[in-house]
Amino acid sequence: MVSLQAAVESAAPVSRLHERASFDPADFPVPGGREEEWRFTPLRRLRRLHADGPLDAGKAGVEADAGPEITVVAAEHGDPRLGTAFVPADRVSARAFASFREATIVTIPGGVAAERPVVIRVRGEDAGQAAAGHVLVEAGANSSAVVVLEHAGSATYADNVEFLVGDGARLDVVSVQDWARDAVHLSHHHAVLGKDATFTHMAVTLGGDLVRLAPSVRYAGPGGNAELRGIYFADSGQHLEHRLFVDHARPDCRSRVTYKGALRGDGAHTVWIGDVVIRPEATGTDTYEANRNLVLTDGARADSVPNLEILTGEVVRAGHASASGRLEDEHLFYLTARGIPVEEARRLIIRGFFAELIGQIAADQVRAKVTAAIEAELDAMARAEGGAR
Amino acid sequence: MSTLEIRGLHVSVAAQAGESREILRGVDLTVTAGQTHAIMGPNGSGKSTLAYSIAGHPKYRVTSGSVTLDGRDVLAMSVDERARAGLFLAMQYPVEVPGVTVSNFLRTAVTAVRGEAPKLREFVREMNGAMAALSIDPSFAQRNLNEGFSGGEKKRHEILQLQMLNPKIAILDETDSGLDIDALKVVSAGINAYRQSPDHGVLLITHYTRILRYVRPDFVHVFVGGRIVAEGGPELADELEASGYERFLAMEGAPA
Ligand SMILES: Nc1ncnc2c1ncn2[C@@H]1O[C@H](COP(=O)(O)OP(=O)(O)OP(=O)(O)O)[C@@H](O)[C@H]1O
Ligand SMILES: [Mg+2]
Repeated sequence: MVSLQAAVESAAPVSRLHERASFDPADFPVPGGREEEWRFTPLRRLRRLHADGPLDAGKAGVEADAGPEITVVAAEHGDPRLGTAFVPADRVSARAFASFREATIVTIPGGVAAERPVVIRVRGEDAGQAAAGHVLVEAGANSSAVVVLEHAGSATYADNVEFLVGDGARLDVVSVQDWARDAVHLSHHHAVLGKDATFTHMAVTLGGDLVRLAPSVRYAGPGGNAELRGIYFADSGQHLEHRLFVDHARPDCRSRVTYKGALRGDGAHTVWIGDVVIRPEATGTDTYEANRNLVLTDGARADSVPNLEILTGEVVRAGHASASGRLEDEHLFYLTARGIPVEEARRLIIRGFFAELIGQIAADQVRAKVTAAIEAELDAMARAEGGAR
Repeated sequence: MSTLEIRGLHVSVAAQAGESREILRGVDLTVTAGQTHAIMGPNGSGKSTLAYSIAGHPKYRVTSGSVTLDGRDVLAMSVDERARAGLFLAMQYPVEVPGVTVSNFLRTAVTAVRGEAPKLREFVREMNGAMAALSIDPSFAQRNLNEGFSGGEKKRHEILQLQMLNPKIAILDETDSGLDIDALKVVSAGINAYRQSPDHGVLLITHYTRILRYVRPDFVHVFVGGRIVAEGGPELADELEASGYERFLAMEGAPA
């Protein structure tokens, strides 16, 4: 694949980019747009979420559906369980934590294997007023569960989601951003992995005017394994941004980051930032991150910045890859030379591009849902192209 | 009775810096159902260019001449229309298509070419039967198209597609290259099974007489410098095997 948008290395090492941390929004100046962490984001489309617009006027309903072995409770601000997985690293995250009205705490007790996926639905009702949210998922030692976060409707929404993955636990998260076209969503997901814990996180970002999702992983002990995956599909005018951060500060942990995106239409813009740091104490680290983008039309732009900082000589593996390009003529030729009409051939190839990642979604129903969502994107693509002709 | 007719075909490719380079310099050839034609010629003489141009690969630009199938203008058709009209190209280098399984691909192609979706069970039975006849392991149905296939496995899959798509005229570009002796027999049997029908014609591009012992050609064409410079029966292939192309290289540029 040709690289249309050459990967630009960040100005500063990863460790420096993530060193600021505070619960007080005032500790973070209002971004102006030139900062490394904001330079790809169109600030004027954030509806002042990053500045000082009110964050408590809007409404976004949160509902949870879980089996009887799981506890789901609402928690007030100031609950000591909240805010342990992270310290906000930017102004939006700090403001969201200061402003949410009610948090949702999901607890998977130690040793329990959840029978069915825990589904947390966030539904926006009005994009005109901003809201803040907070979710904490606590997976006890040696538990296993699938947690699905579904975002839909119209909203201007900033939130933090914490994942505390206990020793030996396995937590599979799928976060679907299928917002209405007018939504703005700035989100931080923070995972802390206990000893020998496994955490998989899959972001599926399809809807919204602007979505900026920042999943991060820390390890609290050795032997942790994090798989961060993502699928995104940006249409005309959409800005979909994913900012990954994996902080290897414990020995013998593993991380894999695989994000794939497709873009079509004027002004479709995707941003993928893959920050990985391997600190001096994180010997035996095994990490690999990759981002691939299919740029389906002119006028769409994919930015892709892998950024790996290695501060120890003793790693098992540390690598990254990034490629953005068009559908390959040779692929299209092969399929059409067998009689398959070109539109259908494109669909087959795009489906194929996402197939492996979709196949890795843990729960059947969730996989079916994501497949259907991608099909809807492909239908919209076919309609847009039919109309353009 | 189908006829593929190629008249005065000139084809160029884009070389560097906006320059174009002429590869085919006036090809005349008629392949009629019930016939097997072999094309032999040195490396770089333009054999694959001819095959790709007939199939409509976007890299090749036809500057003059005509290609018709039963009188219909093939050059005016899109790539997929050509296939649906009854042309098939087994490629010299089949392309790997990630994420698209063989069975999904075949079913989509069969649906497109036949104009209606086959019933799933009948399709699976048909596919399994064709795979077994070509000694292709059933697990290949769920593998991604050509991905990680060995050279010989790719060639067998081209013939599998030939059988499933059942075209009027099949162009086989070095389908025999890279096959071990058992695979060569299996693939030849597949080609013969297809060619047995009086409604089917074959244009076989090859470097070796080896395959011609199994798939007997009615006509042999010698291809040099982007043109056919000599034509004959199967004995011409034997001569090439014995003495090479030297006698024909001098004919480059001269009228056939
Ligand atoms: N983009 C290009 N620019 C310049 N020359 C090209 C280009 N594409 C193809 N050619 C040339 O066209 C000629 C014919 O190639 P073609 O693949 O048709 O040969 P062939 O007869 O099939 O050879 P082989 O027996 O090796 O398969 C070759 O000399 C090749 O280098
Ligand atoms: Mg060739």
